[in-house]
Amino acid sequence: MADTPVSPGATAALAATAAPGQAHLDVFRYDDKIVRHFTLATILWGFVGMLVGVIIALQLPFPEANLGEYLSFGRLRPLHTNAVIFAFAGNAIFAAIYYSTQRLCKARMFSDWMSRFHFWGWQGIIVAAAITLPLGITTSKEYAELEWPIDIAITVVWVVFAVNFFGTLWRRREKHMYVALWFYIATIVTVAVLHLGNSMAIPSSFWNSYPIYRGVQDALVQWWYGHNAVAFFLTTPFLGLMYYFLPKAAERPVFSYRLSIVHFWSLVFIYIWAGPHHLNYTAVPEWAATLGMVFSVMLWMPSWGGMINGLFTLRGAWHKLRDSAVLKMFVIGITFYGMSTFEGPMLSVKSVNALSHYTDWNIAHVHSGALGWNGFMTFGMIYWLVPRLWKRELWSQRLANAHFWTGTIGILLYVLAMYTSGITQGLMWRAFDDAGRLLYPDFMETVIQIKPMYWVRLIGGTLYLGGVVMLMVNVWQTIRRAPKDLPDPAVAVPAISGTPAKDLVTS
Amino acid sequence: MFNRFIKANGRHRRIEGWPLVFTVLTVLAILVGTVVEFAPLFLVDQGMAPNPGVEPWTPLEVAGRELYIREGCNNCHSQMIRPFRQELERYGPFTTPAETAYETPFLWGSKRTGPDLARVGGKYPHLWHVRHMENPRSTSPNSIMPPYPWLLTRTMDLDGLSGQMRALRTVGLPYTDEQVDNAAALARAQAETIAAEIVEQGGPDRLADREITALVAFLQRLGTMGAASTAEVATASNSGGPTP
Repeated sequence: MADTPVSPGATAALAATAAPGQAHLDVFRYDDKIVRHFTLATILWGFVGMLVGVIIALQLPFPEANLGEYLSFGRLRPLHTNAVIFAFAGNAIFAAIYYSTQRLCKARMFSDWMSRFHFWGWQGIIVAAAITLPLGITTSKEYAELEWPIDIAITVVWVVFAVNFFGTLWRRREKHMYVALWFYIATIVTVAVLHLGNSMAIPSSFWNSYPIYRGVQDALVQWWYGHNAVAFFLTTPFLGLMYYFLPKAAERPVFSYRLSIVHFWSLVFIYIWAGPHHLNYTAVPEWAATLGMVFSVMLWMPSWGGMINGLFTLRGAWHKLRDSAVLKMFVIGITFYGMSTFEGPMLSVKSVNALSHYTDWNIAHVHSGALGWNGFMTFGMIYWLVPRLWKRELWSQRLANAHFWTGTIGILLYVLAMYTSGITQGLMWRAFDDAGRLLYPDFMETVIQIKPMYWVRLIGGTLYLGGVVMLMVNVWQTIRRAPKDLPDPAVAVPAISGTPAKDLVTS
Repeated sequence: MFNRFIKANGRHRRIEGWPLVFTVLTVLAILVGTVVEFAPLFLVDQGMAPNPGVEPWTPLEVAGRELYIREGCNNCHSQMIRPFRQELERYGPFTTPAETAYETPFLWGSKRTGPDLARVGGKYPHLWHVRHMENPRSTSPNSIMPPYPWLLTRTMDLDGLSGQMRALRTVGLPYTDEQVDNAAALARAQAETIAAEIVEQGGPDRLADREITALVAFLQRLGTMGAASTAEVATASNSGGPTP
């Protein structure tokens, strides 16, 4: 099983020892400055997005915390989801892609100008979101709340990113693309398709528009988008991240090349069908919801293919976890990936969904994915990257370990509270007395029952945010001690004959 | 055969050297599910024909719906009753596709931090909604809903209403030229009526030009048109869906 033609460990080592100018060597520099930019943006927006999360978690059991028009729950909740998904996870993805793609292609990014445009354009979009959402400027479509001018800006930035990425592939000095790059390709093309498909709207003014879809169609398009935002923004790029950074950190090749092929293609093919499981028992046609459910259950296998390939990469290296906060974080991240990709198919099954839909169970599910998988994969990557990007040992390993434990306990409190609350409310909504009447006809009874769980969730979320503060301190102290001058690392690799463009066509 | 494809230095290995081919194959992989799920729905227009009883929103209701969206009500309130006995008992007849045919964007929601609102129309007097928005705990002790007092003080902005109605007509709502052009005047007329009713119910005067009146107009009409017939509901509660 353990056949691995390409390991990232093998690719990077041909470093700049050879004298420049030797005829058979290409000498160039990786652009690490852009990776530093994206890394810092990840940390900053992670803090902001999760702080907003803690605020809205407080607003639920304590409505007095709704401080006026611009800071009320209904406006802050989309700000929280957008900030965590597109600002925190988004910048993390870009940091991972810009760092690893250059190394896997043995090439500098295609265009420095495009890299900068991508970075500042994306931050501008985030700022626009942070201004418009509290103002109540929203389309109301989940994870696609931003209005049409910002949607157009997203499209432009994404196209520049795509050109920059594919241009780098085109100029690569490595014949074959490593598995991480497959996942990046799937991410870039599919997010483009989803964004364009779901954002089609007729503007009525500069800050208002109506989707061209109505009713059942709008619902299906929205959840085709919504579910695949999870798939292609929070899953595939993070699998790519895992395939690059985990073997690096563990100093072991990926467990199975064959498994990576099988699970990549099945994941990409099956994920796109799963959206309608968000609409079980609603007014969408029964066949669509059933199709969504069936494919969601099938999705369990390719998802676990990724988990197995990740965890088994650590075979013979488990002892390294003791001393490595990075590996601990990767392992907990991949474990949460496995748990939430088991839970997802289960929740899509109609009889389970009948209970779980509309409850906090879904909130638990998305947070085991976002805090566990996306959060800890990102933190692991950052702790691995920062000493390399700033040429300075991490300030405190103990603090990094403290971050790991604080965050893990935080997630557990969070999800256990939300499981309890979700299942309680779901059961109370459907409870009948002996005479066949609703046992809890007043909705308020079910709210009062779950309020204590909202407080527990707040504690869990605050702990997790505390972990992020530890990360900020650790990174800040590391950077403070870093050398002032950080030149891009120079690399020399054997020149390949012919034009790189040759690789694009089927020769 | 499959093994030849995935083995080390097998056929897949060659594709890994061709980014263009690899990208095209990826796009094909994601398009299969997309096309299969959407093509039938768009081709046959299933569920897109509204019931005869369903009217598009009045201009004031359009303005109210915009406020519902602005305040993010859909984050905590669904508008989609599922065909389960417990939901029919609690909220009323389940939501049909035809009822939602004019909804753009759809506001079905995904979370019930508060109760479903698909059939809240007519359930409470106007004044109840006014008080509830001003301070939810005045009408519903223990409620965790945020207060929206500014809805009672802010003046309705009807400047963009004609433009909104025009855009809605573009995406398929059957508005007449008269409705589009006179949107603001029509909205004001309906608001006067509702404001007068609020006064009758013992509520404050001078709400006619306030945002709350538009929101009340929208809420009071939810679920009042084109619901499934009693017979359909009976069938669903007897045979449809798992009854716990």
